[in-house]
Amino acid sequence: MMENSYPTRAGDGSLVRMTRSQLRSELEEGTQAAAKRAKVPPLTTDELDHLLDIWASPARFSAVDIGDEVVLTYDGSGSKTVGTRTQDLLIYEQMMGADSVELAHVDYSFKAVKTILPHEAQNMKDAQLVLTAPVMYGAMPNLGLYCRPDGPVPNWSELLPLTKIEEARAAQEEAVEHAVKDMVQVADAMWEAGADGIDFDTAGAAGDADLLATLLAVEKIRAKYPDMGIEVGMAGEFVLGMHGQLEYDGVRLAGLWPREQMELVQRAGATIFGPAVNVNTRKSGAWNIARALTLVKPCMDVVEIPVHMNVGMGVGGVPMSSYLPLDAVSRASRACVDILHLDGL
Amino acid sequence: MQITRGMRLRDAKAYVAERLGVGPSDLSDSLMMTEVRREHELGRITTFEMSYATESSAMESKFRIAELLGLPVNCVQRFRQHAGVA
Repeated sequence: MMENSYPTRAGDGSLVRMTRSQLRSELEEGTQAAAKRAKVPPLTTDELDHLLDIWASPARFSAVDIGDEVVLTYDGSGSKTVGTRTQDLLIYEQMMGADSVELAHVDYSFKAVKTILPHEAQNMKDAQLVLTAPVMYGAMPNLGLYCRPDGPVPNWSELLPLTKIEEARAAQEEAVEHAVKDMVQVADAMWEAGADGIDFDTAGAAGDADLLATLLAVEKIRAKYPDMGIEVGMAGEFVLGMHGQLEYDGVRLAGLWPREQMELVQRAGATIFGPAVNVNTRKSGAWNIARALTLVKPCMDVVEIPVHMNVGMGVGGVPMSSYLPLDAVSRASRACVDILHLDGL
Repeated sequence: MQITRGMRLRDAKAYVAERLGVGPSDLSDSLMMTEVRREHELGRITTFEMSYATESSAMESKFRIAELLGLPVNCVQRFRQHAGVA
């Protein structure tokens, strides 16, 4: 007898059909791939069974049990296409019931934001007057903007292929100093304008120096403002060693996986950690969610601060697609909460 | 509680629920919370009842939230400072 198949998503978002056996196989391969690569335990049989129940279903939407709801933070709130940014935030709060909102500029980089900081601070102050939900300010550390031709330091991506290793490392170290200064300056202005917190989004996107700049900025901001919310969302599951020798608090940053990333983010003084696991578009959604959960699960055994996993376009088991299918987003979100017992997304 | 206190979800829900006099699972019950928010003037969604002219606005609600939760809210503190309110 032929086995029933279910509509499910590939990593690029396309709709495919898989049988329960095929989905089971994808889940098992995903968790084993992560376990082998990051040297962490695979998901348990019970956890895989639960994931299979979520995925082997034709339902358009899947959700956590009543009472298990988590709170949401965002990397930006709004489409920037309707009215003002403050109206965007109000739409999120009043019409979508968002738990928090995030004011952000379309350039979404601290270096770019610094040049229009008074305008951004005024927008934060105005937004705080009309919103009840916490208003964060978000941007990316984006260390790449500090190298030529966009910034003042030599371009390490050009130096590395020329085997000018020391010069490339020196350039990244100089960029870190600039980035820390900019991030702290933006945090100063936002705190003065009434922000509830600041979100460092895609930390580590440019590698270990990018993450170091973020951690140093967090440390300084925490020392200045004990009550400020600080969220650090990661760029990926693995910190690239573009420098290779940088350390924070005695820990080498290159090669860190989510659990070690979390420990440093927590130590630096952040109040929310956002692990990110990128999607492999050539694999299925089931394979990707099992891999993502396996990589993040070790965080949950030891973390002391809230964990808001990145679950969106191309991360956290959600397909890499501009227009995300609700069936895929809801399954990935539910799986993260059910299996990891996250504090938020 | 998560943003400024770094409190884990279970503890945060228990803390807020206790302060509001409800159970933790009630916090995600939109029907119950509309009444709780109305009672404590914590701000509400304005979808069905078009006018809350006699109730607290967003900033006014945040004064009440800060007091109810025993939580320093940055913009509330700055509002007090700028307005010269104790």
